[in-house]
Amino acid sequence: MEHKEEHTTTTGIDNRKMMIWVFLGSECMFFGSLIATYLIYFGRSLSGPGLEILDIPTTSVSTFVLLMSSFMMVMAYSSIAKGDVKKFRVWIMCTAILGATFLGFQYYEFTEFAHHYHLTPQTNLFGTTFFTLTGFHGAHVTVGVIWLITLFGYSFYRKEDLIRDDALNVDFLALYWHFVDVVWIVIFTVVYLIGVRAAGVG
Amino acid sequence: MNNENHNEHSSHPTNSAYLKIAAILAVITALEVAIFYVEGIPDLVFFAILIVMSVVKFAIVAMYYMHLKFDEAIFTWFFGGGLLLACCVIIALMALFDQL
Repeated sequence: MEHKEEHTTTTGIDNRKMMIWVFLGSECMFFGSLIATYLIYFGRSLSGPGLEILDIPTTSVSTFVLLMSSFMMVMAYSSIAKGDVKKFRVWIMCTAILGATFLGFQYYEFTEFAHHYHLTPQTNLFGTTFFTLTGFHGAHVTVGVIWLITLFGYSFYRKEDLIRDDALNVDFLALYWHFVDVVWIVIFTVVYLIGVRAAGVG
Repeated sequence: MNNENHNEHSSHPTNSAYLKIAAILAVITALEVAIFYVEGIPDLVFFAILIVMSVVKFAIVAMYYMHLKFDEAIFTWFFGGGLLLACCVIIALMALFDQL
């Protein structure tokens, strides 16, 4: 059996876990800046389509899908923490499928805006800030889905590592995935529900 | 180390608790969308209700799914610090651009 190196710090906490939390803290600031930019330019577009084109029912469904993927993720973590690799594989694949479904919704929304409403990032301030904010979130979800599928494959290749490392690798992914979920909770409320109401187009 | 981690995991919520949390999150989301379609609510009240619901959902996911309630306090400081700075950036930029 190969030797696994300990990664503890003077605090006694694994330095990789410290790192992922510092990373998530910095990600808060990253998305905070994007949300601030969106709010600053809210209602300042001189031409082109605006918030009236947002499809609340469809986005509500995609929000629900992402929310449920967080539940699947935490179940995957719970399974691997108990050493149950088979259940872990099922839950993590469900998470990946729901994540991919969310991306499908976003692809549909983006193409709908581009083809039917001729809204692109170059069209107006709404287009620029909306696509930048939701696009970066979508990019994060994409990274998460790739990570999920990678860990799913890894569980076949080195399942002992996943268990022996006390599910830490899954924990990192779970934290990242839940973070992506909480960012969407904010985006859905600010951009979609409050945004549409504030613009008086709902 | 393994025993410590085992204890750490055993202090985490059970699977049924995770399911209940998911149900609560789903209900709050459904309420958010339902309120959106209710007419006659003043804008400020509408915004306040939605922001509170969003904060509650955020907190539930962070505390229970991200285990901040059960893990080391230093993680809450890292995450909360970033979150606080983000809120400050949003408020400061909006004030600078007369959007408050």
